[in-house]
Amino acid sequence: MSVLKRITGSAMFTPLLVLLLIVIFNLIVQPGIFSVSINADGNLSGGLMLILLRSVPVMLLALGMTLVIATGGVDLSVGSVLAIGSAVSLSLIRGDTVAPTADTAMALWLVVVITMIVGVVCGLWNGFLVAKIGIPPIVATLIFMVAGRGLTQVITLERSITTGHLPFGQIANGFTLGVQNPIWIAFIIFMMFWLFTRKTAFGLFVESTGINKSAAKYSGIKSTKILLAIYAISGLCASIAGILSASNILAIQPARAGEDMELDAILAVVLGGTNMKGGKFNLGGTVIGAIILDLLPRTMTFLGVGIQYSMFIKAVVIVLIVLIQSPTTGRFVKSLFKTKVSNKQEVAANESV
Amino acid sequence: MSQFDLRKAINNATEKIAAPIASRIKSDKIKRFIAQHVKIIPSVSTLVLFLIAFIIGGIIFGENFVTLRNTLSLFTDNTHLLISAVGMTLVIISGGIDLSVGSVAALSTMILAFGTAVDHGPDAIGLGLPMWLCVLVALAVGTLLGYLMGILIQIFKVPPFIATLGGMFFARGLALIISTDSIPISDEGFRALGMWRIPIPDIFHSNPRLIAPIGIGVFIFIVLLIFAIILMKSTKLGRNVYAIGGNEHSAELMGLPVKRTRIFVYTFNGFCSALAGIAFSLSLLSGWGRHLIGMELEVIAPVVIGGSLLTGGIGYPLGSMFGVMTQGIIGKFVSFGNLMSGYAKIMVGVLLFLFIVMQRIVIIIAEKNKEA
Repeated sequence: MSVLKRITGSAMFTPLLVLLLIVIFNLIVQPGIFSVSINADGNLSGGLMLILLRSVPVMLLALGMTLVIATGGVDLSVGSVLAIGSAVSLSLIRGDTVAPTADTAMALWLVVVITMIVGVVCGLWNGFLVAKIGIPPIVATLIFMVAGRGLTQVITLERSITTGHLPFGQIANGFTLGVQNPIWIAFIIFMMFWLFTRKTAFGLFVESTGINKSAAKYSGIKSTKILLAIYAISGLCASIAGILSASNILAIQPARAGEDMELDAILAVVLGGTNMKGGKFNLGGTVIGAIILDLLPRTMTFLGVGIQYSMFIKAVVIVLIVLIQSPTTGRFVKSLFKTKVSNKQEVAANESV
Repeated sequence: MSQFDLRKAINNATEKIAAPIASRIKSDKIKRFIAQHVKIIPSVSTLVLFLIAFIIGGIIFGENFVTLRNTLSLFTDNTHLLISAVGMTLVIISGGIDLSVGSVAALSTMILAFGTAVDHGPDAIGLGLPMWLCVLVALAVGTLLGYLMGILIQIFKVPPFIATLGGMFFARGLALIISTDSIPISDEGFRALGMWRIPIPDIFHSNPRLIAPIGIGVFIFIVLLIFAIILMKSTKLGRNVYAIGGNEHSAELMGLPVKRTRIFVYTFNGFCSALAGIAFSLSLLSGWGRHLIGMELEVIAPVVIGGSLLTGGIGYPLGSMFGVMTQGIIGKFVSFGNLMSGYAKIMVGVLLFLFIVMQRIVIIIAEKNKEA
């Protein structure tokens, strides 16, 4: 295959191209957006860091979502699980929950672990519905999306709650080795995803389950366990994102936390080139997709495009990208490029068969 | 996810849970009854559920709950959901889903408000057009958006989830571009229409007095519902919708017009969404890009509770109506009992779950019966 074909055929091509276009455009009009500098505390800061930082929550959700979509499903509950994660971690830190504890000083690491376990449990619930009971993923996760939002409101007793626990705030606001923590967390989680899926057989199993679940099962792949695992992972990522979100502002608004984030996560995955029908997935593409989703409104804002246009632009971008990815357009484009000679050869080949 | 794979996957996986329950039903008579009436059992059980909820509400909250006024208010408060649920039923029966309904409805409210507003101030916005024209434009826009989404889904093979997600952002974005603020609807005729009510004497109340809860929106809904019921029951188009939802591949092989049917379904739902927006404007009398956020869930849930299988092929517009009313009653439980609205959401979620599992059990019994 020619080099050009290999580049354009790569899964990362479209997302990278889109990102590149946006980046180049921004470099021309507002180079300051990508600035990196070292601030007074000796930490990296600046436009670029801000972009990375802001894309972390969606990126975490989208990484989990990538695996779910790879099995041909979708997880609509991640926004609600994020909210639950925020609510649980904040309530535990404060010490007053629906069931108040006597001692309000729960260790920070314990709070984090408990929240993550809650996330895993939520994910396992979804996985159980999908893998064991056989409910289509859209439906199963829709149930939890609704119920989970209600649960959040119950846990927080419908107030927005805050805390003054500064060490908790350090999770999202602190810096390690000069880089703000959430960026490290996203990086570590991405590496774990990448290692787990590309360096072990797990990724292959996920893809097989997505492409043809029954075939995978007959090949000896434990599809049920795989499905349970990826929904659990998705829940885990959502709860971590919830901790980060709560830690960032030391507060939560139960009705609004994580709202619409599931849609952004799905978008990031689709933008990144993973097919919604299931099968091959692209983790790097998802990361790029998350960054694009953050950069796009930023670019619009800078251009003076009012914030009211951002939703519309999002729609146009989605439609363009799915059109590009659509097999119908692929066939149409290919037919444009067919020359008379190759057509004749094809006809001759078909007739000789 | 091809329809074919999905059904196989569902059937394979569900054996473990629903089959033991199904096999516990020993009586052959019951099994045969279920098998013969598979399609209607979910919808009937919604009706039963609604009645039970009503009775429970009466027991808990006293006679104030079981008034005619309360029941009729279930219609007037949820007119926009009822209207949208009719269109959504067709979409779900066809095996698809539409996330854009709330946004298209919001766009309609904005078209109505912006189109008729006559502001004489310094930053005057609005076109000052006659209301009937704006209503037509709103319906046309909604229908067109539905049509475009149908094209994306059928011709370009975009998954309905993504296509209608794009439609959702598109419609809402458009509404926000027109104006970010809410615009009141000042058309006198429209306001009068919105406030018009049929006075109905509350004959069940010990103290008979005139109550007037039924507005024109309810009539629009009833006309639409009758149309949809006739369409699904007695026309080829209706049967085709059931067919492509049940097994698209077979439908194609049988020579049914899959393309046309699917595009119709989304176009019709676009129309319903716009109509729902108009009904909403009648009661709220304002247009805003942020109206009806989250409405899509409030429409999909009752359609599923109302007996429509999310995998397609089974469903009834009438069942969806009962689904909306059930959802409405749960809301009433919350307001009557001064509960947190969070509990309402949990309850709807639990109901959804129970209904979906029940649908699975009923289908398994039916299929096992066929084999026997």
